[in-house]
Amino acid sequence: MRETFDTSWIIAKREFRAYFATPLAIVFLTIFVASTGAFAFYIGGFFDRGQADLYPFFAYHPWLYLLLVPAVAMRLWAEERKTGTIELLMTLPVSPVEAILGKFFAAWAFIGLALVCTFPMWITVNALGDPDNGVILTSYLGSFLMAGAFLAIGSFVSAMTKNQVIAFILAATIAFLFTMSGFEMVQNAVKTWLPDLVTQAVSAMSVLAHFERITRGVLEAPTLVYFVSMIVFFLFATVLAVEQKKAE
Amino acid sequence: MGALIEAHQLRKNFGDITAVDGISLSVARGEVLGFLGPNGAGKSTTMKMITGFLEPDSGRAVICGHDVQEAPKLAKAKFGYVPEGAPSYSEMTTRAFLAFIAEIRGYRGGEIAKRIDAAVEKTGLAPVLDQTIETLSKGYKRRVGVAQAILHDPPVLVMDEPTDGLDPNQKHHVRELIKAMAAEKAIIISTHILEEVEAVCTRAVVINRGTIVADGTAEDLLHRIRHHGAVSIRVPTERSEAAIRVLQAAKHVAGVETLGKANGHIHIRAFPREGALETADVAAVLRAQQIPIDELYIERGRLDEVFRQITTSDEQKRQTNGEGAAHA
Repeated sequence: MRETFDTSWIIAKREFRAYFATPLAIVFLTIFVASTGAFAFYIGGFFDRGQADLYPFFAYHPWLYLLLVPAVAMRLWAEERKTGTIELLMTLPVSPVEAILGKFFAAWAFIGLALVCTFPMWITVNALGDPDNGVILTSYLGSFLMAGAFLAIGSFVSAMTKNQVIAFILAATIAFLFTMSGFEMVQNAVKTWLPDLVTQAVSAMSVLAHFERITRGVLEAPTLVYFVSMIVFFLFATVLAVEQKKAE
Repeated sequence: MGALIEAHQLRKNFGDITAVDGISLSVARGEVLGFLGPNGAGKSTTMKMITGFLEPDSGRAVICGHDVQEAPKLAKAKFGYVPEGAPSYSEMTTRAFLAFIAEIRGYRGGEIAKRIDAAVEKTGLAPVLDQTIETLSKGYKRRVGVAQAILHDPPVLVMDEPTDGLDPNQKHHVRELIKAMAAEKAIIISTHILEEVEAVCTRAVVINRGTIVADGTAEDLLHRIRHHGAVSIRVPTERSEAAIRVLQAAKHVAGVETLGKANGHIHIRAFPREGALETADVAAVLRAQQIPIDELYIERGRLDEVFRQITTSDEQKRQTNGEGAAHA
């Protein structure tokens, strides 16, 4: 267990630094901070609402993550396979699980860093009014969990292909389906030709519904279980995909 | 201690294609095994199974007593591997990359720097330690690949085409490096460059279409050539008939063939009857008839001739077999 942690940690450190090897990381962080801000102020009506909370800020995170998280995840395995370094990595004394966890946590930490960079929003709202900081903290945590779930999807898709562009598009598509499944429009469409049980199941799978509850300040066990099991499931799928596809 | 590398009946299919079809081999300490074969013969696939990157469909690979599939971590700690093309994380500096490998290999603190220093000294990487790997020349990149493989001074080294694509000086350097380490390690190198076998290998295994078609020293392989040990003679064309007559009559000579004429000379080859044919005997016979000799030497044959003979005759055999079966 300790060995697994050590090895994953070494891999995570390497991966995390790899993000900063090119200016892309800085570009990404800038885009993230700028667009979360822009969404909150211009589309979310941060000022017009006259309420001291960050709801308009968090409400757009699922949509932003749809594009930004696959961009972070796409290189995880596709690049290793394309450059052949996967053969090096997998013949070092490293188990697939250690490698997958290491890479996943590096990417997650990178998204975490992006979230941390949005702290001026928090300061702003505190300067302007008297927000419920508990709700804001829960929302940050929820946003981070949701990013983790999208990342796990991205990690799986990245392990399925050598092509980073394909990895990006597929991950975005799958994440989009998970997000949309809670939408009324989708619900109505499903309801007409599938039994209620399925409709409910599809709805329960929705990222949006779970995240919505968190941003209202409700962090319950089912929501936690939902995100954690999404992460575990897709990371497990990543293990299978890496084992299957590594040599192709 | 027995063999450090053992492969038992390794087999691997990719869909309908059988890439490796029952390869067994063992390499002991002090041996450098040259793994030869045409492109697509299954060299890389075999090495990938030996190093545990690929799971064999059947058979097993054992490194220093540890089954690569059953105890991967123990086995992987015992070897260094240079995959084809020596891939590495190109955005890292040489130093950072080697430090990462050292950490993964379980070294901590000051040990990391010590290990890097030792590997860098052997591979001559000192001038490029702080450059990112993507900016390095092919030769240096390859050395980085070798450096990461020998960082933990493993008893077993597996290298997939370590000199492929390098210039002659770089090739020489890599070979010297392998020779320097050969005494205390068991090494497998795959190559399709035959001079490499004579340059560094103590033994060669030739594979074709996924099976072993020859196994022995370079000398053993050369014995497979028809004209190995034959004597080559060059005499003036006008004396060719006399020379051939004399040679056919000589008691050590089993047969004579004419290879060609050029510049007023004829090239004759005399095959030994049994045992070795001495150049001195041949020279004596010819001199007795006052036939001037322009050139006289024992043919060893070249490895690429053996290689071609082994790997193509095998193919032809299969084809004829196939036809025979079709006729039957």
